[in-house]
Amino acid sequence: MSISRSSRDLLGLSRQLSRQCHRRTPAARKAPLHPSTAPARTVATYTAPYQASAVSVLQSDVDTSSDEFRENERLMGEAMARLEKLTLAAQAGGSTKAREKHIARKKMLPRDRVTALIDPGTTFMELSPLAGHELYPEADVPSGAIITGVGVVEGVTCVIVANDSTVKGGTYYPITVKKHLRAQEVAKENKLPCIYLVDSGGANLPHQSDVFPDREHFGRIFFNQARMSSQGIPQVSVVMGLCTAGGAYVPAMSDENIIVEKQGHIFLAGPPLVKAATGEEVSAEELGGGTLHTSVSGVSDYLAVDDAHAIILARRCISNLNWPHKAVPPVETHTPPLYPESELLGIASTNLRKPLPIHEVIARIVDGSHFAEFKRDFGTTLVTGFAQIYGHKVGIVANNGILFGSSAQKGAHFIELCAQRGIPLVFLQNISGFMVGAQAERDGIAKHGAKLVTAVACADVPKFTVVVGGSYGAGNYGMCGRAYSPRFLWMWPNARIGVMGSEQLANVMQTVGQKADPELRDRIERESDAVFSSARLWDDGIIPPQHTRRYLGLGLGAAMGGRNEVKPGDTRFGVFRM
Amino acid sequence: MRAIKPQYLRRCAFSRHLSTGPLGQPQITPITSLLIANRGEIALRINKTANRLGIQTTTLYTDPDASSQHAACSPHAIGLGAPNGYLDGDRIVRLAKQHGIQALHPGYGFLSENPAFARRCEEEGIVFVGPPAQAMADMGDKARSKEIMIDAGVPCVPGYHGSDQGEMELLNHAKDVKFPILLKSVKGGGGKGMRIVMEEGEFLQQLKSARAEARASFGEGGEVMLVEKYIVRPRHVEVQVFADKHGNCVALGERDCSIQRRHQKILEESPAPNLDDVTRLDLWEKARTAALAVGYVGAGTVEFILDKDSGEFYFMEMNTRLQVEHPVSEMVTGTDLVEWQFRVAAGEKLPLTQKEIMERIQERGAAIEARIYAESPERGFLPDSGKLVHLATPEVDEDVRIDAGFVEGDTVTEAYDGMIAKLIVCGDDRETAIRKMELALRNYEVVGLSTNIEFLKRLCKSAAFIEGDVETGFIEKWKNELFSPIIVKAEVYVQAALGLLALSPASVGLPHGGSLGFGRDGVERRLFFKSLDALNEKEGEIIEVSIIQKDNQVFGAKITRGNEGPQIIENIVSSSTLSAGKATLATVFPETRIDTTVVQDANNDNKITIFQHGGKTELSLVSPRWYEKALGLKEATTSVAAPMPCKILKNEVKEGDKVVKGAPLVVIESMKMETVIRSPQDGVIKRLAHKEGDKCKAGTVLVVFEEDFAVE
Repeated sequence: MSISRSSRDLLGLSRQLSRQCHRRTPAARKAPLHPSTAPARTVATYTAPYQASAVSVLQSDVDTSSDEFRENERLMGEAMARLEKLTLAAQAGGSTKAREKHIARKKMLPRDRVTALIDPGTTFMELSPLAGHELYPEADVPSGAIITGVGVVEGVTCVIVANDSTVKGGTYYPITVKKHLRAQEVAKENKLPCIYLVDSGGANLPHQSDVFPDREHFGRIFFNQARMSSQGIPQVSVVMGLCTAGGAYVPAMSDENIIVEKQGHIFLAGPPLVKAATGEEVSAEELGGGTLHTSVSGVSDYLAVDDAHAIILARRCISNLNWPHKAVPPVETHTPPLYPESELLGIASTNLRKPLPIHEVIARIVDGSHFAEFKRDFGTTLVTGFAQIYGHKVGIVANNGILFGSSAQKGAHFIELCAQRGIPLVFLQNISGFMVGAQAERDGIAKHGAKLVTAVACADVPKFTVVVGGSYGAGNYGMCGRAYSPRFLWMWPNARIGVMGSEQLANVMQTVGQKADPELRDRIERESDAVFSSARLWDDGIIPPQHTRRYLGLGLGAAMGGRNEVKPGDTRFGVFRM
Repeated sequence: MRAIKPQYLRRCAFSRHLSTGPLGQPQITPITSLLIANRGEIALRINKTANRLGIQTTTLYTDPDASSQHAACSPHAIGLGAPNGYLDGDRIVRLAKQHGIQALHPGYGFLSENPAFARRCEEEGIVFVGPPAQAMADMGDKARSKEIMIDAGVPCVPGYHGSDQGEMELLNHAKDVKFPILLKSVKGGGGKGMRIVMEEGEFLQQLKSARAEARASFGEGGEVMLVEKYIVRPRHVEVQVFADKHGNCVALGERDCSIQRRHQKILEESPAPNLDDVTRLDLWEKARTAALAVGYVGAGTVEFILDKDSGEFYFMEMNTRLQVEHPVSEMVTGTDLVEWQFRVAAGEKLPLTQKEIMERIQERGAAIEARIYAESPERGFLPDSGKLVHLATPEVDEDVRIDAGFVEGDTVTEAYDGMIAKLIVCGDDRETAIRKMELALRNYEVVGLSTNIEFLKRLCKSAAFIEGDVETGFIEKWKNELFSPIIVKAEVYVQAALGLLALSPASVGLPHGGSLGFGRDGVERRLFFKSLDALNEKEGEIIEVSIIQKDNQVFGAKITRGNEGPQIIENIVSSSTLSAGKATLATVFPETRIDTTVVQDANNDNKITIFQHGGKTELSLVSPRWYEKALGLKEATTSVAAPMPCKILKNEVKEGDKVVKGAPLVVIESMKMETVIRSPQDGVIKRLAHKEGDKCKAGTVLVVFEEDFAVE
């Protein structure tokens, strides 16, 4: 593959050069620059910038009319249609009845609140809309009853967390907690101000044991708020509905909060509980309404007339953060890829046994399809190199086959380069694992793999992972799986994740003497599916392959803008086993 | 611009076949320095020619005009203070003397037809660029001028021009002349202090009102009235004349100024349509006779009233100044009349003979002038004032001329006349000129105050006007056609919405704006507009526009108007360029490309103006539901507010009065115009907020009604 590609490069280059020659010929005839009599010597021949950059242009070998392409496209289309359907259903929110009731109260639906909150003309990058999908046998929890994502408010990139009270009153299921905490993690890592649009009945009581007691449970939300506030990451809440018990701490722990009159309520115990406890009879509005909290208790700072007004006040809060507006790379500095991004649909296969030509993928993600490949001809199963995405310089680490010792060493070397230079890393994951076998072990595949894992774990630059195929075994570690804290991790619809393929796993279980479980293979197959992963928040969402570039661009914007500073050479690596 | 090109380079070398007067050859004293005692476009216009002729100019300005264009156009400008400073003749003469200025050009209005002032200039040795004081005085007195005209054989309208000024005496004279009659001030002009009285019953009331207005406009003596026969289908035709100190006088063609509102001209053209050559030449001849009868010198206009029914014409008055519409004559004769004024004032002879002028007129086709006013034709031509938030003008060339006193960002003050600009267009024939005028008007965009531009476009498209079927009652006669409601296309609303969204600040680059991920196709935002078309019975109708951003520059739209089903437009590709408060959109709809300018008025946030396909649409962006409550606004339905900055002339009601809808409440004066504020409802007056003579800003409450008044 790489040989044919490089010869193609040369061909392209020679074509350009010959063109150049033709153009010069007439002029040369008139006034020869180098008389034939001049002695031969090496001179600093001028190379035009476009000639220099031609070195990095990826050439594509995709035949969009081939049967293979079309078959891939068809199968990907089916997978995409399924996701489209699932996502639309999840984005609708709660039942029709619940939504109508919500609207009848003159409340905005949570997704409309998010739209009204962000600047017109900007794109909201929603995280894991399929969270909670088929997770609880007793209930549907579309999007995990909470909408999270990254959006631009008054020019400031923020994390937005919005409860969906049309889903079980916006109560916190375990997945809701996990999604809320994940959003806070995104905010913390990328130093993004947080806006909470609160409309929730608090913890989902039947699930209290999976919601309340543990380290990564409900209490962590407030821990995060306090810690982020201490780190100068602003916390702003808008109380648009209930905010009971523990939930009351979301606005209370915020730097500033806004409450909607006769709609938002903050109290540690609601009227029924108060009556039961003390016999005191009090209305919700008297107990914890907007007027009380803004004029008497001081729990809230701004009183809003309705949702829309509250959102305007929240936008005003953000405009007063004094948040730096870092200049985004100007549009003129980047060009779209040379090849249509939509062709990724026919390049990627849902059959992960088929190899995925990763250069073709890179060529459809990076600016101008320019890729300065590092160690092209060494350890070729891992492709490394520098490129730009919407003007942001990135280092790309992409699988192009199984990982060998050489590929792992090359990867570690490249990651060191990027860490040294403060260049964010993009991992394109399609890995079945490290090479196994006697030869590989003798070569020290374990220590080479360890080098790669060390490098990935320690590299202190923003990391982004896109699973474009399989994510199996230790390959997941070496290629910056969820455990390695990439800033964002997205999956393609065809992606699968697991310790190993379902078939191998079933075989292994059989060989180690377990009773053959006929269900096992199918269960593992099901559990490796991208939707299964996304429902459990093992990723930040399944994305259409043709939008990969956009997601990476938005992710880079979030990671590099605002108060973020990526300093070269900040990384301290651990001991590399040589 | 053709009209003020140097036409006569050889100052004294042109051949003359003029009838030389009995006077001796006066000394030729070229003008070298000039005080322009006027403001606005005419001051700029005079300055332009003066500059070209190497005359050093000084301009004057009052406080409201301190940052105006005319104050800045000259190397030297002098402040006069209060708004009425342009009328302070003594001071202006003193300033001219003090600064050693040789000549003074009065422009039009203000001191231009004040014989005392002209005389004062003469006495002080300042060259007054205008007629001799005596000629001015003769023509300025309506009664006296009529006597002179009758003596000279110029036909006059029957009427009473005497000194019996008692109300009953005047009524008797009116009866002699026979109703309908016209009442006007002897000092009148420009329609001020002028009233039509159709029958005896309304005579006394109209007389009072005319006198009050005349006194306000012309000061002491303005209340002296004359009575004239009122012609039912009159045309206003006037002749531009020019006389020199050698006794020569020429007519530079006639102008038809029949298209008027409130007795003020809005469209002027030359040559007058549907006028046979015999009448035309007769008019010219009579005009020259009139000028010569008073020993006229300089530029003047002899106005005639032409009875459409009989074809007879009568002398009305002579305007002893350069008129607003003089560019029309300049266009058809290829002259610069201001240059002529300077030459004549210097003692030179007229540059062209009557024969040469006639030849030129025959060669040059037709010209038409449209006056662009700050006013609202849809609301009875109510004057307006304010800041020119957005101003785009058609390109000027040989055939298109703009004389304007304002640029974008300037304020049209209520202290003076509301004329923003004059647009003058010429063509090979009248039809072409009208077509070109309409085209030019389509490119004339004004936001910030109401203008008559849309109305002028309609005039230019009116079949009756194109046929030349003009009379002074034209607008009234064709009002149904001229004020028919406009049908606003759905695309206008879409463009308004897209423009507003583009105007909201978003400083983020790509990949923002693009679609992302599975599920929902784009982000939907809803905007509500309120129609502001006063001509449409659906005014106030709410139009809901949903804009769905599908991708970068790709949108879908849903428009819902009233009870009609929603209209959906998909695949709209729109790109915009922005400047402060303005978005210029190039949008490709499925079937057409539309270029639009959407302007948001910074002084009136909710008002959105859309210019598209040569038409203007005004919409109001409906405030969000929370707006009133959050801002503590309460709609004052129980009060009447001043529609514009004004002075209270008279309260027509007392506190406690019961009034019916349409009853006059307050008479205000703004931009030298009287306006009656009428009751919007039946009710009882609770409070009158201002007394007579008070000055009010636009939006000031004038009358408060009792809140709980119910009609029995």
